Amino acid sequence: MYRYDSFDQTLVDERVAQFRDQTRRYLAGELTDDEFRPLRLMNGLYIQRHAPMLRVSIPYGLLSSEQMRMLAHIARTYDRGYGHFTTRQNIQYNWPALESVPDILADLARVEMHAIQTSGNCIRNITSDHLAGVAADELTDPRPYCELIRQWATLHPEFSYLPRKFKIAVSASESDRAAIRVHDIGLQVVHDDDGRFGFRVFVGGGLGRTPVVGECIREFLPEEDLLSYLEAILRVYNLNGRRDNIHKARIKILVRAMGAEAFGQRVEAEWQHLRGDPRLTLAPEDVAYMQGFFQAPPYDSTADGRALKEHLDGDPAFTRWYRHNTVDHRQPGYRAVFLSLKAPAVAPGDLTDAQMDAVAALAERYGFGEIRVTHTQNLILPDVRQDALHALWQELRELNLATPNVGTMTDMICCPGLDFCSLANAGSIDVARDINERFDNLDDLYDLGDIRLNMSGCMNACGHHHVGHIGILGVDKKGEEFYQITVGGSSSNDAGMGERIGPAVAKDRVADTLESILHTFVAHREGDEPLIDTYRRIGVKPFKEAAYA
Amino acid sequence: MRRMIRHGGIIEDHWLHVADDDALPEGDVIVTEARWHAERETLLARDGCIGVRIHGDTDLSALAPDLDSLAVIALEFPAFKDGRCLSQARLLRERFGYSGELRAVGDVLRDQLAYMARVGIDAFEVRADRSLEDALRAFEEFSGHYQLNPVGRSPRELRRERAAPARTAAAS
Repeated sequence: MYRYDSFDQTLVDERVAQFRDQTRRYLAGELTDDEFRPLRLMNGLYIQRHAPMLRVSIPYGLLSSEQMRMLAHIARTYDRGYGHFTTRQNIQYNWPALESVPDILADLARVEMHAIQTSGNCIRNITSDHLAGVAADELTDPRPYCELIRQWATLHPEFSYLPRKFKIAVSASESDRAAIRVHDIGLQVVHDDDGRFGFRVFVGGGLGRTPVVGECIREFLPEEDLLSYLEAILRVYNLNGRRDNIHKARIKILVRAMGAEAFGQRVEAEWQHLRGDPRLTLAPEDVAYMQGFFQAPPYDSTADGRALKEHLDGDPAFTRWYRHNTVDHRQPGYRAVFLSLKAPAVAPGDLTDAQMDAVAALAERYGFGEIRVTHTQNLILPDVRQDALHALWQELRELNLATPNVGTMTDMICCPGLDFCSLANAGSIDVARDINERFDNLDDLYDLGDIRLNMSGCMNACGHHHVGHIGILGVDKKGEEFYQITVGGSSSNDAGMGERIGPAVAKDRVADTLESILHTFVAHREGDEPLIDTYRRIGVKPFKEAAYA
Repeated sequence: MRRMIRHGGIIEDHWLHVADDDALPEGDVIVTEARWHAERETLLARDGCIGVRIHGDTDLSALAPDLDSLAVIALEFPAFKDGRCLSQARLLRERFGYSGELRAVGDVLRDQLAYMARVGIDAFEVRADRSLEDALRAFEEFSGHYQLNPVGRSPRELRRERAAPARTAAAS
């Protein structure tokens, strides 16, 4: 993984000192609430329902064991003993005291971490494929590009006071696991006819109040021009994006108002001036330097699956877990292992300090000390020998991290909701609990196949409800919590927004409504097709009719 | 006279901001873009230097032919959170080659000064209710940057330079 050099470390240390002084000036009354707000947001600090909330950056979801131990230490020392992993592959703490945040940031800096630009109207954490570097369908590792973009975006003086937040995702595989088409900029690594790497560039995707699938404005951007082109897009947005209405300030609104083609032409015109600027042009050695940080670990080429086969033959519970919570690896004899943070009765994405410490130790014993965070709010141990899977599974069960539900309906994406978030209209964690109780039969869940269930407590869509195969959106109806339910969304290559199946339902009707959707699905299903395919074949009407019969 | 920050120090500033319906005073004046376009010849004919005040929506290409006549361009920050003039400053410096004074005016506060300096703004009318001495500390907070680094080269540039002699040695 990327390691800081003295320059990176100095910058992060200086950022901590800067924020310590800003916090001091705020508490001394030298900065108003309005003036302090963007400063604290650009250091990850929100003021929430109960206490401040601190969002820590995990660049493209990659953590070392040492970093995970620090996250545990922070949960234990400054919070209530847990943290919440988010759809931007970051972690949030819900209970830190404002006064202690500079100390938390200083602790993070000791392990090459920070909370820079995890909020605010600036370029946010760069996200990517959680299977980068181990996926078999990958063209090249996207993370060197992510790190180049991360450094370019960090404290960029021109783009730190944008009209609104700005999210960039990079994918380099055939199957898009990074949801790039629902990002402000989505970059898909491709190569041209001569085998040179470059990017297909999508802009203007996003969720929130106005969900939009991003449009391609350039089929092939040469690798060397990555930063100059990003700079051109950001400049067109910074100068032309709306600043009069926070709800119309994202780039998607600008792209839609201008039309994707006209927007693309503006970007190209801007880019003609920036293209070739030596400060922005990537030399092959710049890319090679970053690639050096993401080399394959020293795999054991003699690792094989013989011991695994015996365990699979003899242990059905292990087999279930193996089938759902582990995936193919490009290195023979290895698997990537998902740690489900979706155990019943646990808020989706939450992890305690003790679990964090344990995961850090497991990552060292069953891998090379590396952990990934997925945008679906699970963790991954990326490099596990097949002959060690059974032993790892037993340890994960002890930790309540082996619920064999990855990819099933109970592997929900879920925001913190009304319980923690001051924006939310409705609770999400208790609804998740209801759903877990109702759909607790694993065999039934497996029969239903891959179902992505996404839930947001308000229209800001932190839980990506629009792109869930089933989406649940919390709304406020005269002071009561209601839930708008959609079917047919997707954030993958075929990205699209789900359709409402009818009026919002009361909290105690959510599980019933899901049950009705599943009945309709099963009644119309052909073969083993997934829910999303059935929906595309039959449309929303049968779901609608059944749910409100 | 106004106290402000220019080129990293606190100075007494003699420039006068002139509203569109004010009579033109003696001396060096900063006028709006509209007045500049309307009274260009009169303004050029008088004694004293001219500055023009622009904002985030100003079309810079309309101003481009006049840049040599302008000693100051004042960039209006209507709210400290409005970053449009950060782009305008870079465009003026890098695309239009403007080498006169770029002055931040409006809601100009300490915690945005370093960003402004890095896009080419070199003079700052810090809001009158704030301490200039305090604001000066903004320039000392970072010893380097990944991009637009005013105190040296970026890490990427430094790496290339370190690698260059090694390559030359390997080739010989």
